Amino acid sequence: MVDIPNDLKYTEEHEWARVNDDWVEIGVTDYAQDALGEIVFVELPGEGDDITIGDTFGGIESTKSVSDLYAPISGEIVEINEALLESPEIINEDPYGSGWIVRVKPNDSNELEKLLDSEDYSEFIENQAEE
Amino acid sequence: MRKTALYDIHKENNSKIVDFAGWQMPVVYSGIRDEHMSVRNGVGIFDVSHMGEIRIKGQQAHEFCQYLTTNDLNVVKDNQAQYTVLCEESGGAVDDIIIYKFSGDEYFLCVNASNSKKDFEWIVSHSKDFNVIVTDESLNYSQLAVQGPKSRDLLVKVLGPEIDLIKKFYFNFIKWNGSVLIVARTGYTGEEGYELFLPWEKGPLLWKKLFEDGIQYEIAPCGLGARDTLRLEMGYSLYGFEIDKDINPLESGLDRYVKLEGDDFIGKNALLEYGKTGKKRKLISFEMVDKGIPRNGYPIYVKDDLAGYVTSGTLSPSLGKSIGLGLVKSESLNSGEIQVEIRNNMRKARIVSLPFIK
Repeated sequence: MVDIPNDLKYTEEHEWARVNDDWVEIGVTDYAQDALGEIVFVELPGEGDDITIGDTFGGIESTKSVSDLYAPISGEIVEINEALLESPEIINEDPYGSGWIVRVKPNDSNELEKLLDSEDYSEFIENQAEE
Repeated sequence: MRKTALYDIHKENNSKIVDFAGWQMPVVYSGIRDEHMSVRNGVGIFDVSHMGEIRIKGQQAHEFCQYLTTNDLNVVKDNQAQYTVLCEESGGAVDDIIIYKFSGDEYFLCVNASNSKKDFEWIVSHSKDFNVIVTDESLNYSQLAVQGPKSRDLLVKVLGPEIDLIKKFYFNFIKWNGSVLIVARTGYTGEEGYELFLPWEKGPLLWKKLFEDGIQYEIAPCGLGARDTLRLEMGYSLYGFEIDKDINPLESGLDRYVKLEGDDFIGKNALLEYGKTGKKRKLISFEMVDKGIPRNGYPIYVKDDLAGYVTSGTLSPSLGKSIGLGLVKSESLNSGEIQVEIRNNMRKARIVSLPFIK
């Protein structure tokens, strides 16, 4: 079973966002890590970089495949998960916890409204599986 | 989509199945890294039943097979195998194959799954002037690759002591369970290993037997993912990437499998001409100095000039660093530093010799 916690927001690019008062934590979903397989490399932006909703801000690679990371919201990177540079497989082990990727200070909190909730996302991947 | 005789086993054992060259094949079992290291240290079993088999039989089988292939078939003895290339008149590759000599009037070709129909048609279309019969036997055979330093011990245990007598790049016919297997000491991993051809429906039985008897040998079922990382660490070509319709075998660095001094073969004139005028492109092998994994199609720069592109690349499980092969203009350097463009960033890499793992 794919794990889709109901306290997170999601994108159709299989990222999740955890909204806090100060920042939004971003990672990739359980479905994404499972589809990618063993993650061997993560390319991260720098702290202080600005990211724009819908644009790529990094990459995540398994032995066989490469995926871009797409910004679910616009904002400034306040923290990157440096542990991933040494141990990218943390994303496979704990995609919603210690496998978080970046923390972003959002420019416009209205953008968060556009993200999917867990039910929408669950439906989205079910439809994808049927295609 | 075709399924091999082992499909249900792959499914039951939770491998990840993907579409590959018209077949539903396992790409990953426990994980590419683990599978890869099992082959380097123990023994890995691959279902490669998707590969094609073509038999060429008849009085002129030898002349015909020589005419089809770039390597010198005259030096191959009965029960010996040879890596060789089928070329078009233009010198471009139809496929890279292994040819098994049963006798002067019977040869058996193992071809890439993605090319097997094309190869068969190609071979038949050139057979008119030869007294030969060409048969596509791809669906008659299951094929298992048993690869790794423990492969010989395992096969002696399962198939008997005759296994010990098979020399590298030779094969023998071994009786097992009422059938005759072709057991070849060949492979695509760089390790000691064997490739076994057996009647289609016997595939699952032998697979199960290998795992039953193999527990003590660090045995692992392996998918196509590990097959790719293993071959890449050796720098072996993969059709469609390092060698192709538009990449002739001299460009692929396969010169030693192209015998331009010997008998005539399809594509020889074009390759002779190509050799005379000087290669336009060549294959290089490199490891990344900067971070990043080179992938097929990424541009390669020498100084600031676009020199070519990455044909294959991966994070090498054995070395823990990123490695790649690339096709570049032949005037580019043979050593030193290059750059690979990875997601709009120039990343440093260094040309190294093959194989990547010594």
